[in-house]
Amino acid sequence: MRSQFTKGLNWQIWAGFLLSLVAGLSYPFVFVRWPMTREFPWANLVLFAIAILLLFLGLRRAFQSDKGIVSKIFSSLAAAFGLFMLAALLFVIYVAGSWLPASSAAPLVGQKAPDFTLTDSNDKPVTLGQLLTEPINNKPPRAVLLIFYRGYW
Amino acid sequence: MCQSELRSFQKDMNKFIDAGIRVVGISVDTAEKTREYMLQKAGYTFTFLSDPKPETIGSYDLVHPEELASGKDIARPAEFLLDSSGTVRWRMVTENFFKTARPEQVLEAARPLQ
Repeated sequence: MRSQFTKGLNWQIWAGFLLSLVAGLSYPFVFVRWPMTREFPWANLVLFAIAILLLFLGLRRAFQSDKGIVSKIFSSLAAAFGLFMLAALLFVIYVAGSWLPASSAAPLVGQKAPDFTLTDSNDKPVTLGQLLTEPINNKPPRAVLLIFYRGYW
Repeated sequence: MCQSELRSFQKDMNKFIDAGIRVVGISVDTAEKTREYMLQKAGYTFTFLSDPKPETIGSYDLVHPEELASGKDIARPAEFLLDSSGTVRWRMVTENFFKTARPEQVLEAARPLQ
């Protein structure tokens, strides 16, 4: 015997709705931190697969049962929201993520890196030559890695 | 979220120091902002250089003009490994913002360097 509570509540649609929210937001807040979950968002896709299954079950329940029109509308909106979250995640990673300039004139392997003088975090000028020669642990550096990053502006 | 690349390099900082590789971050941030966010708040220990104009970012052809989120001319992500003569020995000029250099790739590329 199902209780009045579980009989009345379409828990699949609620769970699917909440899980699709988690599946979408956990990318920028959690999974973006590690290359393994950032470069291909498999963790989020697993969560979305479960969410969409739940939404499908909830939707089927809402349309099969003697539920009212409000329940049918809500279930449809929740399912649409889940699909929208998935589309938004894929859009951000694969479409917006590739909106980068071509940088065809960036130095190639084998070329000399363009020289520069920039200020460090103590407002002191630093040249590329200094970075290449100033010792690390009393030994001349073997290599210098330049990481260009977006910053906080 | 956008500092996840730098965070992974910071985590492997000891390996880079042991290998004699100087890690340098370059962005349009001012020195003041770098001190506040990168050094004090986030605790990074590598060298940060400010290029607010951006000039050097321009000479490396890495300017992302009027980038959508900031509305400003900022650097697009890219990494260059230079040997002691300043010659590029490995680089990654990504085509996707979410796919940037991993520390282990750089350490691997630096292994044959003198």
